[in-house]
Amino acid sequence: MLRRALRLGLGPGLLGRGLGTHREGSTLDWHGKVSEIKKKIQSVLPGGAWSPLCDTSHLPPEHSDVVIVGGGVLGLSVAYWLKRLEKRQGAIRVLVVERDHTYSQASTVLSVGGIRQQFSLPENIQLSLFSVEFLRNINEYLAVVDDPPLDLQFNPSGYLFLASEEGATIMENNVKVQRQEGAKVCLMSPEQLQKKFPWINTEGVALASYGLENEGWFDPWCLLQGLRRKVQSMGVLFCHGEVTRFVSSSNHMETAIGEKVTLKRIHEVHVKVDHSQEYQPVECAIVVNAAGAWSGRIAELAGIGKGPPGTLQGTKLPVEPRKRYVYLWHCPQGPGLEAPLVADPSGAYFRREGLGNNYLGGCSPTEEEEPDPGNLEVDHDFFQEKVWPYLAQRVPAFETLKVRRAWAGYYDYNTFDQNGVVGPHPLVVNMYFATGFSGHGLQQAPAVGRAVAEVMLEGHFQTINLSPFLFNRFYLGEKAQEHCII
Amino acid sequence: MAASGASLRLVAPVWNRGTSGIRGLSRSVDPEGSQRKGRTLLQFLADHFYDVEAVREYLLQKQVLKVLRKNRFQDKEWMRPNGRGLSGELWKLWEVPIEAVDASGCAINYQGLDNVLALKELQSLSLQCCPHVDDWCLSRLHQLANSLQELSLAGCPRISERGLACLHHLQ
Repeated sequence: MLRRALRLGLGPGLLGRGLGTHREGSTLDWHGKVSEIKKKIQSVLPGGAWSPLCDTSHLPPEHSDVVIVGGGVLGLSVAYWLKRLEKRQGAIRVLVVERDHTYSQASTVLSVGGIRQQFSLPENIQLSLFSVEFLRNINEYLAVVDDPPLDLQFNPSGYLFLASEEGATIMENNVKVQRQEGAKVCLMSPEQLQKKFPWINTEGVALASYGLENEGWFDPWCLLQGLRRKVQSMGVLFCHGEVTRFVSSSNHMETAIGEKVTLKRIHEVHVKVDHSQEYQPVECAIVVNAAGAWSGRIAELAGIGKGPPGTLQGTKLPVEPRKRYVYLWHCPQGPGLEAPLVADPSGAYFRREGLGNNYLGGCSPTEEEEPDPGNLEVDHDFFQEKVWPYLAQRVPAFETLKVRRAWAGYYDYNTFDQNGVVGPHPLVVNMYFATGFSGHGLQQAPAVGRAVAEVMLEGHFQTINLSPFLFNRFYLGEKAQEHCII
Repeated sequence: MAASGASLRLVAPVWNRGTSGIRGLSRSVDPEGSQRKGRTLLQFLADHFYDVEAVREYLLQKQVLKVLRKNRFQDKEWMRPNGRGLSGELWKLWEVPIEAVDASGCAINYQGLDNVLALKELQSLSLQCCPHVDDWCLSRLHQLANSLQELSLAGCPRISERGLACLHHLQ
């Protein structure tokens, strides 16, 4: 008995003594642990609660070559062109992360849907020309087997820009550039304008430019759904979640002249699932920032702009959400079917909507009057004070109108020069931008998607050279200013 | 034929584009991509040699069903294509300005309209029952605003009120 006890005592040896000390110190813990272990064993056995195979179908995949943050028209366009321009079918795995699958706040679907070539920068004109060709042949580009063809509801009614005395020379120069690039625009004097559109009051108008072809408006929701459908058929994965974190690594290097540079590379994107604390770290090679009005936030997550101001590290992405209102009104005596999208020199614009004398329009507020972009509430007083007077002055028939509906949407406003940001970031080497188009993103989306895909696959722009739209310009101070902004 | 010499005008490019119009037709008829390689060589040759163009036309005539192209010249009667197709006697008349084009039932599309729009003296255009004429094509017709007097779009399935709204250019 004693020998057995000794053997038992000596066998585990130190352990026995250890257990002995533990036993003396915390007897209850040992019993607690035993019952825990018993519970775990019970749950592992069949019929228990624990299952080694849990369902992750609501989570994005663990690996993806390209993660596109933002599932609006720009993000989907980049996804489409990536899959279309890849060298071998199925070569690139693309994941599109969209926070809101109802697109309730997305700029794409809240947009007025216009497309025009009347820009002042040749790059913008080229982008718009290609996009219009894409829209014209949309059923060749976005055809999916067994699905019905897309009907974009395109109204080829054109844009009519009115210019006062001061703006007349700029307008003439712009039209020259537009014609050089191949846009069909004609200049009209006030008399011609009055003859053509008798409902216009040409007081204060010195010159007008009218787009004859390839300009008008269409249904952005249809384009979005068409892109989504096609992109899913090409094998792009969609994820309903929000990007909360980037995990990146830094590389300290020296430039040729000996300056110290820190290059960052994003390795993982943490995607948080909606209404839950669950997140999935997605390992990726490239991240595309196409988050529209929230691109600035995504850029901050990646560490862009964290540095002393005035340096490249300290240059933030100057894209912020700006709220814009669109009002729908009915006017029984208003302009007829020939009405294009008219843009007044004061900034107010309107277009015909449908055949029932309804019109859509609005006005971009000045910097001081910018509404708070925290929500999408509509300010009806803004229409009464800032939009209606100009409309009524330009089109006397609009003095009697009745606002039926209104909504608000965001511009992904580039505070630097109101033009898009495209291409890679110089320091965060695998983040590409496709955002900041300040109100003309929808109409340039197909072409921008192709340009970004080309930069990602080939390393440089091939069809349209968008070097003036690279991120570097914010640091170098080179504005690519667009004058024709609505 | 002799009188046509009197009204010689520089409408020569029209007939080059006349065949490219049929090329445009073929683009709309042929399935995308499948015959593209075979066609580019022939297309390239067709740009430079009229005989090859004639051969292409003949081949395409066989493909495009129901192409009835009636052209009326100034002070002349209607010329109809004979059994072989358009290329026959119309080559001699390539410099004559054209007043009316009847492309009913023709598989003409956006690109094919290039040659119709080049006819600056066109007075009558009939695009009845053209299956590929849509709103985009109508938006191009403003180029004929100066001369066009009759336009027929009956039976085109793809046009809508949005395209008709932009016909206001034609006064």
